[in-house]
Amino acid sequence: MASVDAVSPRDGESSSTVASRWRRRAFGLVAVTALPVLLGGCQLPTFYGYRGSTKQGHDESVLWIGTMIASIVVLVFVGGLITWSIFRYRKKSDEIPRQFQYHIPIEITYIVVPVVMVLTLFGFTVYTENQVDAVTPTPAVKIHVTAFQWGWRYQYPGNVTVTGVTTEDPDPIGLNGASCAPAVDCLGPGLIVPAGQTTQIVLNSQDVIHGFYVPEFNFSRYAQPGVTNTFDLTVDHAAIYRAQCTQLCGLYHSLMFFHVVALPPSQFRAWLSSQQHLAHAASTVSASNSTTKAAA
Amino acid sequence: MTVLVDRPVSHDHGHEHEHHEGPTGLLKWLTSTDHKLIGMNYMVTSLVMFFLAGLMALAMRAQLATPNSSLLSFQAYNALFTMHGSLMLYLFAGPFAFGGLANYILPLQVGAPDMAFPRLNALSYWLYLSGSITMLLGFVVAGGAAAYGWVAYAPLSTVQFSPGSAPDLWILGIALTGFSAIFTGVNLVTTTFYLRAPGMTMFRLPIFTWNMLVTAILILIAFPILTAAMVLLFADRHFGTHIYSTAGGGSPILYQNLFWFFGHPEVYILALPYFGIVTDVIPVFSKKPLFGYKGMVFATMAIAALSTGVWAHHMFTTGVVLLPFFSLLSLLIAVPTGIKFFNWIGTMWRGQLTFTTPMLFCIGFLFAFLMGGLTGVMLASPPIDFATHDTYFVVAHFHQVLFGTAVYAGFAGLYYWYPKFYGRMYREWMGKTHFWLLTVGFWVTFMPQYILGLWGMPRRVASYPASLGWQTLNVVSTVGAFIIGISFVFLLVNFWVSWRKPVPAGDNPWDAHTLEWFATSPPVHHNFEKLPPIRSERPVWDYHHPDALTITHGSAGANGNGHGRLAGAAAAADTGDKA
Repeated sequence: MASVDAVSPRDGESSSTVASRWRRRAFGLVAVTALPVLLGGCQLPTFYGYRGSTKQGHDESVLWIGTMIASIVVLVFVGGLITWSIFRYRKKSDEIPRQFQYHIPIEITYIVVPVVMVLTLFGFTVYTENQVDAVTPTPAVKIHVTAFQWGWRYQYPGNVTVTGVTTEDPDPIGLNGASCAPAVDCLGPGLIVPAGQTTQIVLNSQDVIHGFYVPEFNFSRYAQPGVTNTFDLTVDHAAIYRAQCTQLCGLYHSLMFFHVVALPPSQFRAWLSSQQHLAHAASTVSASNSTTKAAA
Repeated sequence: MTVLVDRPVSHDHGHEHEHHEGPTGLLKWLTSTDHKLIGMNYMVTSLVMFFLAGLMALAMRAQLATPNSSLLSFQAYNALFTMHGSLMLYLFAGPFAFGGLANYILPLQVGAPDMAFPRLNALSYWLYLSGSITMLLGFVVAGGAAAYGWVAYAPLSTVQFSPGSAPDLWILGIALTGFSAIFTGVNLVTTTFYLRAPGMTMFRLPIFTWNMLVTAILILIAFPILTAAMVLLFADRHFGTHIYSTAGGGSPILYQNLFWFFGHPEVYILALPYFGIVTDVIPVFSKKPLFGYKGMVFATMAIAALSTGVWAHHMFTTGVVLLPFFSLLSLLIAVPTGIKFFNWIGTMWRGQLTFTTPMLFCIGFLFAFLMGGLTGVMLASPPIDFATHDTYFVVAHFHQVLFGTAVYAGFAGLYYWYPKFYGRMYREWMGKTHFWLLTVGFWVTFMPQYILGLWGMPRRVASYPASLGWQTLNVVSTVGAFIIGISFVFLLVNFWVSWRKPVPAGDNPWDAHTLEWFATSPPVHHNFEKLPPIRSERPVWDYHHPDALTITHGSAGANGNGHGRLAGAAAAADTGDKA
């Protein structure tokens, strides 16, 4: 709210009818700019963003909402000043207005106030990004995700590999044991993670740059050749989350879907051990089924 | 392009020696080193690029109006957004400003007869034209135009993933236009430093010239990096180097660093000239000097300085950049930008505002850039960028910024200087219709894209599934885009009508401030017969209004208390004290 001070340069003004009129105007402006903040305080709207289905995504959401509220205040304040100037100072006569050019106190004010606002935002930003980027040494499960033109390969512990391209779902796992409904949420290969626990993703690409993006997690990270990115996702509750490649990666970029299936931990363990069993059996019979699949 | 050649003098000034001996017609067009003709060539060429890129945008919006659309193939769509971005950024927004408007206006504003290096200037234009044609040739080679986005990230742009000759033509086009920009930058810097008229000190330069000077320095910093990055990319494609590919021990991230080390100063190369236009236009139509002139100059310099240290904010999601550093510098740019906003508002404050077409476009710019700037601050915060990177939120953000600058402010400049270019007026009602249609189209097009981005619609997708509920907002956005398209019909008809039925404009139709308005319309060969005394940053105003000189801060005697005040409720101001 400090920014509002800039609009009332009449603080030191000796009292006159002009000054009091200006004070009323300043007060009105404060009221107008404060309104969205007060309204926002009641239920904190998300301004079309997601609240975040992971712990990390929720942290981002809080920062987003705060930034949005601050931005609306600035938008209303600056936009209000512009609008006011347009309507109040439209030409009324041929008189030449006073040719003033500088006012040092006001100019300093509108340097200092934005600096303070920006540093405040920066403080919250650093706090949030440290939360979001924090990587635990002891994740519940560590999954290697490799992007390629145009699909995803997931390598779970115990030599379990799942590969799918564009819209195909090679592992149609759904919630409660049911198969993934033929819904849009299930486009592309499903990344199976435990809900309520920390999943560590080790992200890479085997050809061009791709983007690992889950909208409801409020999170994206490039999958790049030659760079390995590691990050944690702690999904709140069991559900299926739509996801998509966001970095242009060639012809079928538009179809490079995937999704995240967060299962209850026990169900996740059961699924993983069954897959490990299959993988083990396959590898003892002949060459690993999964590597053949990957090569295909 | 022939319209450039004959510039009729629509009013009589009795300048006998106005007729410059030299070639005429096509030969003149091909050989001229006159900055005005070269500037006009630049403007017309870049406007052609603008309209081509605009048509591509309409094709893309038509594709996105329905889910799973098959209007365009994926390959065609990818090629279209690549060329839309490339044309708009490399061939329109930059060259229109520093090749077109600056070329024409800057020598006039400093009171010079021409640019410092006229032949280099001509070379710049021909490099630019040939670069533009080279890039467009991609459409007619096998495989179609380049389809890796205007940023051409390696390894997608390497020969393995983008075979064919179109990417090579694209790279060559960038290199040619890059050299053209560098030469123009050299010319602008030298002209500003060495060809100023007597009395035109640095702190009396019009802000447009100041901004072009700073832009030119940024060009000299940024464009060589781009050209180098393109040379290395070309070497990767053809000479077996592995600079950007991991296969040979190279680094794809290097490409991003090089590209954005160009790319972020480039954003300000595309913005500062347009800030300059707005900063010249608003005081004229407020009948006041620019509020906070020196603060404005330092804000421009601060933006330029900061812009060289923010490139990796395009790379927050790569996971390999120092987030706090790039985040802080990016956020700090909001401060000098804020100074500019308040100075623009301070200039209008207590003025006598007339809303001619150029002024309306400047107002449109203020709102567009306010919105684009605020969302830019959000994107400078890495966690928010993680959530919105490469989505339509970013698309909406940079379109609001670039539309605000290159389109709103760019066309403000075009309408503002049109009487100077041709000595004739455009039709005001058509200009205003253009503005209102454009404004409706602009907000209708881009506001829904913010929401689509927050819902998770990625950028650069040629189709989207029907069940995501994205269609309604996409249709709204498409409708807006076509309204923008229609608005430009009024621009073209306007210029056509003013061409067929000229209304003489006179030398100074706006009662403007800066030296170009002291020249004839259009200016004679080598620009000036005479110059007014230059004792402030608005010599032409001082010449016409010797009784209404600028009251600078602390100039005692100018007013009772000796202080210029912003809306200070000074009774003197209310009674219209002319000092």
